[in-house]
Amino acid sequence: MSQKTSDIDISYVAYLARLQLTEVEAARFSAQLKDILKYVEKLNELDVTNVEPILTRVAGLSNVLRKDEVQPSIASADVLRNAPQQARSLFIVPKIVEQG
Amino acid sequence: MTIAMMLHTQTIHELRVRLRRGDISVREVTQAVLDRIAGLDGRIKAYNWLNADDALTQAEAIDRAGVAKDGNPLAGVPIAIKDSINVVGQPCTCASKILQGYIAPYDAFVIRQLRRAGAVLLGRTNMDEFAMGSSTENSSWGVTRNPWDLERIPGGSSGGSAAAVAADEAIAALGSDTGGSIRQPAALCGCVGLKPTYGRVSRYGLVAFASSLDQIGPLTKDVEDCAVLLGVLSGHDVKDSTSVAQAVPDYTQALGKGVKGLRVGIPKEYFVAGMDREAEAAVRGAIQKLQSLGAEVVELSLPHTEYAVAVYYLIATAEASANLARFDGVRYGLRVAGDDPIEMYRQTRGAGFGPEVKRRIILGTYALSAGYHDAYYLRAQKARTLIRGDFEKAFEKCDVIVTPTSPTAAFKAGEKADDPLQMYLSDIFTISVNLVGICGVSIPCGFTVNPKLPIGLQILGKSFGEETILRMAHAYEQATDWHKQRPNL
Repeated sequence: MSQKTSDIDISYVAYLARLQLTEVEAARFSAQLKDILKYVEKLNELDVTNVEPILTRVAGLSNVLRKDEVQPSIASADVLRNAPQQARSLFIVPKIVEQG
Repeated sequence: MTIAMMLHTQTIHELRVRLRRGDISVREVTQAVLDRIAGLDGRIKAYNWLNADDALTQAEAIDRAGVAKDGNPLAGVPIAIKDSINVVGQPCTCASKILQGYIAPYDAFVIRQLRRAGAVLLGRTNMDEFAMGSSTENSSWGVTRNPWDLERIPGGSSGGSAAAVAADEAIAALGSDTGGSIRQPAALCGCVGLKPTYGRVSRYGLVAFASSLDQIGPLTKDVEDCAVLLGVLSGHDVKDSTSVAQAVPDYTQALGKGVKGLRVGIPKEYFVAGMDREAEAAVRGAIQKLQSLGAEVVELSLPHTEYAVAVYYLIATAEASANLARFDGVRYGLRVAGDDPIEMYRQTRGAGFGPEVKRRIILGTYALSAGYHDAYYLRAQKARTLIRGDFEKAFEKCDVIVTPTSPTAAFKAGEKADDPLQMYLSDIFTISVNLVGICGVSIPCGFTVNPKLPIGLQILGKSFGEETILRMAHAYEQATDWHKQRPNL
């Protein structure tokens, strides 16, 4: 946490998160996040040299794999029923690639 | 009142006796609960969605099949479901506008378990949006009220489930617990709520908030019901890769054995300034009671407790920022148009998520972003190892750890709504359990005087130590009558 918390560029982080914020939200969240980040700086008091992070959660379990076999799944019509826009078993989204 | 009219006040084990004898039908039980909801939920607002006809159809089918007479413990019992758990054909909104219109195309693992056990699935209970909150105020459906005082919050995030059970609007309910979201509302509403060990209950079909922390668990009127429901929910599921293939014991067999010989650890860090005096007195009284019942009290220390809130809010938000990336307006729920996909994502998410969810996505994204990942997320995961070490050491000296569930009884709606950090700090006694992955249960241990509000006692156990915490919870409950008291509605 070498950087100062005042460094938060809220509009950049919101862009990374694909989140449109109003100006009022951006101002309010900036202030609140500054408080929260100041609070979490508490963790700097801890000496974590040589401490392994917890990255696997369940003792005795690692890389739970299954056989690569075709199995029945939810019918695509049932899944597509929830789509805001769909046609011919596909989700419709705004154009991604410009025509060359 | 006739007996049939009072069926909604019954516990699972009380109903079981009468259903087995054939004194009452599943339809009568279900109708009694539906009548209770119809008469009361306008004030409590525990439910986001309910289909009475569907519940009665399920009840009639169970009556026709006669399974309630076979003795399956849950057969014919109406159970409410948190609005984050998928039930095929029903909405699953997570109390968010972004899941408007979504109808679940499949059943969660726990729902399949409930169906197999013959339970009647009632409606969907209110929650903080995507389970982010401690008061059920962060809901696009409006605020759920605490049945003990309608000006107060029921706790959260499983506040609708806790309020429904406390108000007899359900015989029992399912919740999910990422940092205390079952135990804290159970404490604030005066019911029993258990967070199982990580890996005990499959999360398949639970909308993910923070995957290294989430567990589904029961909210019930007493400890015996908790043991029954936990037994049904537990089990191995290949569709959740964190699910553990460990045999599921009959948890009710752990009850009635008393507490003689059990060592109860009391961590000094959980009895500190800031704790409400009445709540602390009730918890200390409960510890004395356990001692008088034959438990041995051991003072101990969990020295990294003060870092748990900071660790939790970095890890939980980081995981949430990744999990909630799926809500982008493509496959389900709300879509707000944009000229290109990124603009569509931004507009959809900006319009669909409420303020607390946005705040946490921003914090989590920041904690994972280039240049900050090591300073925040990685450091938090290392601190988490230290917290786990505290508990490993503590459990060398004791069989269970007993603490308050929450620093205060239920607070008033709006009281902490504008101060996220204060709201986060109200989770201080529950979040370490999720960070470490162990199990914990909250049971009623007293009331504040004016107004009369429930206070919760938290009993923590080792990984897969559910039998031990239920045994102790049951011994305490049987020696007291807190769980029998009902709000005046």
